[in-house]
Amino acid sequence: MGVMPTALERTLIVMPAFNEEESVAAVVREVFATVPGASCLVVDDGSVDQTYREAESAGATVLRLPINLGVGGAMRAGFKYALEKGFANVVQVDSDGQHDPAGIAELVERLDDHDLVLGARFAGVGQYTVRGPRRWAMVVLSSILSRLTRTKLTDTTSGFRASGPRAVALFAQHYPSEYLGDTVESLVIAARAKLTVTQVAVAMRPRAGGTPSHNPYKAAVYLARAGMALFVALIRPPVALREPVVSL
Amino acid sequence: MNTVTYVFGIIAALIALAVVIESLRRHHLRERHAVWWLLAGLVALVVSVFPDTLGWAAALVGVTVPTNLVFFLSIAVLVLVSIQHSGELTELEAETRTLAETVALQDLRIKELEKAVADALQPRRNP
Repeated sequence: MGVMPTALERTLIVMPAFNEEESVAAVVREVFATVPGASCLVVDDGSVDQTYREAESAGATVLRLPINLGVGGAMRAGFKYALEKGFANVVQVDSDGQHDPAGIAELVERLDDHDLVLGARFAGVGQYTVRGPRRWAMVVLSSILSRLTRTKLTDTTSGFRASGPRAVALFAQHYPSEYLGDTVESLVIAARAKLTVTQVAVAMRPRAGGTPSHNPYKAAVYLARAGMALFVALIRPPVALREPVVSL
Repeated sequence: MNTVTYVFGIIAALIALAVVIESLRRHHLRERHAVWWLLAGLVALVVSVFPDTLGWAAALVGVTVPTNLVFFLSIAVLVLVSIQHSGELTELEAETRTLAETVALQDLRIKELEKAVADALQPRRNP
């Protein structure tokens, strides 16, 4: 007899957290304060500190992985939890406070007509900038992935993203745990499974733990690893989305 | 080749085979991991007992120095086994990942169930 739940009430906010005891509680509280009716799952990715207690004290549900699986591993566990509990959408938010929860509502809104919505950091909002070789790497990556997903993407390595029901079902099975796999390869997987992708400009705060590196050597390594991730993603056979049986 | 090297070759091959077979017997090795080592041990035994087979095989594939064929085959087997092991490692990691997810999801479920049970019993204890 209840009122039809809103899209945000059917959304699970998943925060992968690895040794984030200093920031996770504040981020969880901010999410609850910013997004009315939100459900928040912190995936404690094998932390050795008090991340678990901090997140729980802030009111989040905490899924505790016994070993460290990386962001992709933590997210797949989150997608599985969402599927099990019947959530329609999943929004990934970093637990270090880098992502502004104010953007969540807008990401979820765009899920009405897209399966996957990326929160892009360079699309005009906020002051997040990256220069030099690292920026070129991101531009190359974005142009290739834009072509693949048939939409203009400017920030493909953003970890701030919303997944609709089809993406949740796909990612609960296939979400790579390798470095850049959770961002770059997951986009390729989504595009190959014929999911629709779009991006929304979001403001990004500077990371709590320092600024992104502008060291050219590190940028070159980053470019190589991104190229590797993309290459591997492209030579793998596409996975099909097993459409859930829709009862009318 | 004198008798000492001849016997030495045979003993080396026998020791290699014995180690593999003993490992299999003690469940220290599974068949699919042992098959390459068994094969290599058998070939080594045949070649050490009948050294002429090596010369014959080398001539057959056009290798001038027969020992080069031994090196080539040995390296080939080592590379293939390494690739197989990397593959198995990847598979194990994927399985570990799935198990870790399942454990975490069940842990959470147990905790929620325990809480629900405790809540249900609460009123009876404190009427």
